[in-house]
Amino acid sequence: MLTASKFKRSVGDPPLLELMKVSKRYPGVRALDRMDFTLEPGEVHVLFGENGAGKSTMISIVAGATQPTEGNLLMKGCPIHLNSVHEARAAGITTVFQEFSLVPSLSVEENMFLGSEATKFGLLDKRTLRAECRDILGRLAFDLDPDRAVSTLSRAEQQMVEIARAFRSELSVLILDEPTASLTDKETDRLFELIAQVKARGVGIIYITHRMQEIERIADRVTILRDGQLIGTVNAKDVNGDDLVRLMTGRVIGQVFPTIESQPGDQRFAIEHLTTADRAVRNATISVRAGEIVGLAGLIGSGKSEIIRAAFGLERISGGRIKLNGKDVTGWSQRALLNAGFMYLPSDRKLEGLMMVRPCSENTTLAALVQNSHWGGALRRGKESLKSRDVLRQMELHPFAPDRAVEAFSGGNQQKVLLGRSLTRELSVYAFDEPTVGVDVGTRASIYRFIKTLCERGAAVILISSDLPEITNLSHRAYIFAGGRVQAELMKDELSEQSVLPHFFARPSIRSQ
Amino acid sequence: MTTIAEDKPAGSASVVLKRIFVRLGVLPFLLVLALVVFSIMSRQFLALDNLTNVVRQSVFLMIVSLGQMMVLLTGGFDLSVGTMIALVSVVTATAMAAAATIMPNSIPLVILLGAVAGILAGVAVGMVNGVGVALFGVSPFIMTLGVSSICFGIALFMTGGTPVYGMPSAFGDYIGFGKVLSLPTPVWVALLLVIVVYLVVNWTRYGRALYAVGGNARAALLSGINTRQTQFFVYIISALLSGISGVLLTARLNSGEANIGSSMPLESIAACVIAGVSLRGGIGKVENVVLGALFINIVQNGMNLGQIESYLQTVVIGAILIFAVIADQLRLRYVADLQE
Repeated sequence: MLTASKFKRSVGDPPLLELMKVSKRYPGVRALDRMDFTLEPGEVHVLFGENGAGKSTMISIVAGATQPTEGNLLMKGCPIHLNSVHEARAAGITTVFQEFSLVPSLSVEENMFLGSEATKFGLLDKRTLRAECRDILGRLAFDLDPDRAVSTLSRAEQQMVEIARAFRSELSVLILDEPTASLTDKETDRLFELIAQVKARGVGIIYITHRMQEIERIADRVTILRDGQLIGTVNAKDVNGDDLVRLMTGRVIGQVFPTIESQPGDQRFAIEHLTTADRAVRNATISVRAGEIVGLAGLIGSGKSEIIRAAFGLERISGGRIKLNGKDVTGWSQRALLNAGFMYLPSDRKLEGLMMVRPCSENTTLAALVQNSHWGGALRRGKESLKSRDVLRQMELHPFAPDRAVEAFSGGNQQKVLLGRSLTRELSVYAFDEPTVGVDVGTRASIYRFIKTLCERGAAVILISSDLPEITNLSHRAYIFAGGRVQAELMKDELSEQSVLPHFFARPSIRSQ
Repeated sequence: MTTIAEDKPAGSASVVLKRIFVRLGVLPFLLVLALVVFSIMSRQFLALDNLTNVVRQSVFLMIVSLGQMMVLLTGGFDLSVGTMIALVSVVTATAMAAAATIMPNSIPLVILLGAVAGILAGVAVGMVNGVGVALFGVSPFIMTLGVSSICFGIALFMTGGTPVYGMPSAFGDYIGFGKVLSLPTPVWVALLLVIVVYLVVNWTRYGRALYAVGGNARAALLSGINTRQTQFFVYIISALLSGISGVLLTARLNSGEANIGSSMPLESIAACVIAGVSLRGGIGKVENVVLGALFINIVQNGMNLGQIESYLQTVVIGAILIFAVIADQLRLRYVADLQE
């Protein structure tokens, strides 16, 4: 048994938290397979693995958000059953999830104490709340006004509220899921100081990150997961970054990622010196040719998604040009761009992609109503139905029930329906934003095959992804974004996690300009 | 864990009823219940005369509900349909009476002019709704509520609260009470409109756009659908249908009245909701809405025959509306059950 912790625990004491043979099955997938894990008091235990490796499943079990199919959870040696996040919190387990769980219309203070407000005679004890709020923010040295509405905060500030909230109650286990994804270097330093503080008090911290520097800086132990299975737990100081990456990606990648031939043809699509009104993209230039897949990599908020959204008319542009097949299409409507052969499929399928209450068939043909109707606007429903069935069969919809509402399908199948939309009409440029987000390994492979087919038929494909292996394995060329700018352009043979990662971090000077 | 659902006795009556409930919603059950209860309460209820009467009475609500449904499909709603009918009635009567004094010899033209003037007034109101909702992003609730008050005010201002007379009697004779091929004229009009709306909603691009805007406006926009235009026109269509209903009602009453239609917003929304139209948008069927409108009139007719006081009737309609919404929630839970 390795104990990297400086916190003393006498021999024979049970660990703070222990997972024994914990599995979680979803129909067709084993998201987590007989996972063993221990967390000592006063240690930072990093979970490391690719997207879909099972990290999120594991922390959502520990956080009480999902229940394991089998296996046991022990806290200080006693078996516990966590049926909700609320129960987990009562047991001292607090999670800072990646997706924010804040109420935008409420203030910073109201959000921090939501659900556990201090009261006096049944009324809110506002004085105590204010004092506690100031105390927590002060300890964290987060510069936030307790009265500001969360909706007016930047993403980083919202992240700070989310983190501050975790410190409102007595902690014994703290779970942080990529907490620094949208923090500046200065804010990250503060967070790490704070982690050191709570460590000293004997809190066990489960920390998810993809950043090697963070592992070097704060990790005591690292547990590596791959495809839902435990690969191993190592002492952080015994391994270097290369070891970790090798352990993480050890599987035969050929199984998931196909080899995609590329014979680049004419330039199909170009964005020149684009700057958005909100400065999320600054003076960025990219281009895509026929028959090639161009990856756009970077952290969330780096501009990799925003640049394409701006080109598709979803963000306001303050400067630059967009060219489609040689024609200037800057400022065109989505409708006009689709007619000119450019389609963008968004990353958030529930918010922007699908009509959840409508059948799969209608969802696939939504962008091709003109193609499937007479000139007067009357639909050719027979033709439409054949087309949607054909597309959904190609996308391997399972179970094959095109008339059923999309909301009745799993995330992976919903994604197939969304991607299928791009097959219902003639296009020359495809932009996929996080096409495999929240999708299991099998579906992932079939989505990659689909992208391969498009590319080999001569389409220009833009692949926006936060999943690094996806970028390095699929793209023929990639642009790396940070701070709204293109930091690097790498060709296929130069693409590797090691070559891409350093470009993810914009110099602070660029941010503050 | 995949075979849990298989060992249920598929043929048992409760499962079959559940299936029907999930597929068709609460309306078939309510219709059967109403028919049984009212035919027990009153012998006359099932008489052919009475049933024809029900159909004729339900025409006005039915036409308005068609428009209301299209608005609901986009995720909005139209609270101004009631006072819009009042305004249309007043404008139709005033215009027709004025035209009749100017050219008393060309009655068909007078009737046409009056009806067109009334319907145009309705469409103009619909355009105001459309501009507010689609262009300025005002919530449909506030926009149509405000417009509703505006219409009512104008209708009262134009008439001082008294009925407008002076329309040619042929208007009432032919359009209000006339029959074509032994069916009342308004029923023909309604039949035609039901078919047109059915075709628009199910067989045109515009219809699909209605579902898309209500299903997910953002997804519709990204798929190249003009969401603002879709919303703008749906309020005009709703106004147009309310306008036609208003003209028919004016013919029936033989006068322009500023205080008709006040129950229309509630009843048209009730007819849609009972028929399974989702208030969140994206779900609803024309044929069910027709039945929904019929159902509400059946209930009113049955209660009249059963000599239930008219004040109590409003209580019943309100209760049925709430019950239908609760039943719809239940249905959603069953949908999840059956998919297991």
